[in-house]
Amino acid sequence: MAWTRDQMAARAARELRDGYYVNLGIGIPTLVANNIPPGMEVTLQSENGMLGIGPFPYEDEIDPDLINAGKQTISELPSSSYFGSEQSFAMIRGGHIDLTVLGAMEVSEKGDIANWMIPGKMVKGMGGAMDLVAGVKKIIVVMEHVSKNGDSKFIPECTLPLTGKDVVDMIVTDLCVFQRPDHQSPFRLIELAPGVTADEVAARTTARYEA
Amino acid sequence: MKKSYPDAAAALDGLLFDGMTICAGGFGLCGIPERLIDAVRESGVKDLIVVSNNAGIDNEGLGKLLRSRQIRKMISSYVGENKEFERQYLAGELEVEFCPQGTLAERCRAGGAGIPGFYTKTGVGTIVAEGKELKEFDGETYVLERGIRADLSIVKGWKADEAGNLVFRKTARNFNQPMATAGKVCVAEVEEIVAVGTLDPDCIHLPSIYVKRMLLGAPYEKKIEFRTTRTREAA
Repeated sequence: MAWTRDQMAARAARELRDGYYVNLGIGIPTLVANNIPPGMEVTLQSENGMLGIGPFPYEDEIDPDLINAGKQTISELPSSSYFGSEQSFAMIRGGHIDLTVLGAMEVSEKGDIANWMIPGKMVKGMGGAMDLVAGVKKIIVVMEHVSKNGDSKFIPECTLPLTGKDVVDMIVTDLCVFQRPDHQSPFRLIELAPGVTADEVAARTTARYEA
Repeated sequence: MKKSYPDAAAALDGLLFDGMTICAGGFGLCGIPERLIDAVRESGVKDLIVVSNNAGIDNEGLGKLLRSRQIRKMISSYVGENKEFERQYLAGELEVEFCPQGTLAERCRAGGAGIPGFYTKTGVGTIVAEGKELKEFDGETYVLERGIRADLSIVKGWKADEAGNLVFRKTARNFNQPMATAGKVCVAEVEEIVAVGTLDPDCIHLPSIYVKRMLLGAPYEKKIEFRTTRTREAA
């Protein structure tokens, strides 16, 4: 049985370590916040200028001046701090964030990632994704294994405009986990979702990887 | 010198001209200078180049200036949530320069700090770096990005003292801080203006030197893009 969105997030959460500063992207990556192991101290960064994201607020606590990068209302913690966008990206670009979890439309076998535009169709922009993949110490992509049309999303070469070149360290899909220990090594299939076979993964993947 | 003006139109008097570049603070609809945006719209000034992380949403924030067709070019990192923007862009009516969010913040910070360009890893190997100078430092490739100087910055603060020292509130600070420094003139709208000596000098977010003019914009009806909550468990 393939992993659900929540289970994919939980798998990514297993990469968290005590004391980590982490930036989570929009979508499935946001669910990682619900899966932080009890007793572990993880500080979430929001690139619009906050360290220490709290849970969603109670209805009577909603504050329009307190939102995350997905423009959702959030709450603060006693340990939170606020800063401007220039400071926020100084900590991202400067290598001070330990881990980021992002969604993607495509990842190549060389670790390239494309997640910000489809020429002529989707024009939303890259937001902070290019800065995150350029500056954060460890980059995890969480995405469905295949597209809506059934095409592999982990592919030999990205076809869409890139967000970053040779930056991805780990890919968590609904079927399995790929990882590479360094950027010189190929990705390796390190884990299967329960009931999923390596042959099944191979049949749905066009990228080359070590089994 | 009195920095406080009675309203946004008065605070912008003499500063607007066709074809000018404006840096606007805010992230989504959080911390946007809405009174000043309204006054720019009323002025009818056109062919604007607007530097802002987002482009508002349909008919809110900068979305109003898009609808009135006063913007010729946007420099932004993320413009989702705005149908009119997408329509104008895909129809070729609006020029857009997509700039990574951190690069955009740093371009404004640098421009305001007298730094005309800087090297960053962000965007190397992507279309963002196309046509720009690349340089290696310590075995890694970086791309040269230009600082931004604008004719005018418009920002939203929480509290100002009469001298123009500014304090922001929570995540409404965002781009207001770097944008305020990038303009030849910065006009700030705030929720409260207090007497000098009221704000702790150690806790000023934006020193008065950057704020040339300001206005009291209150009362505000702050908009929320995505209202997300949790429910209290019954006792």
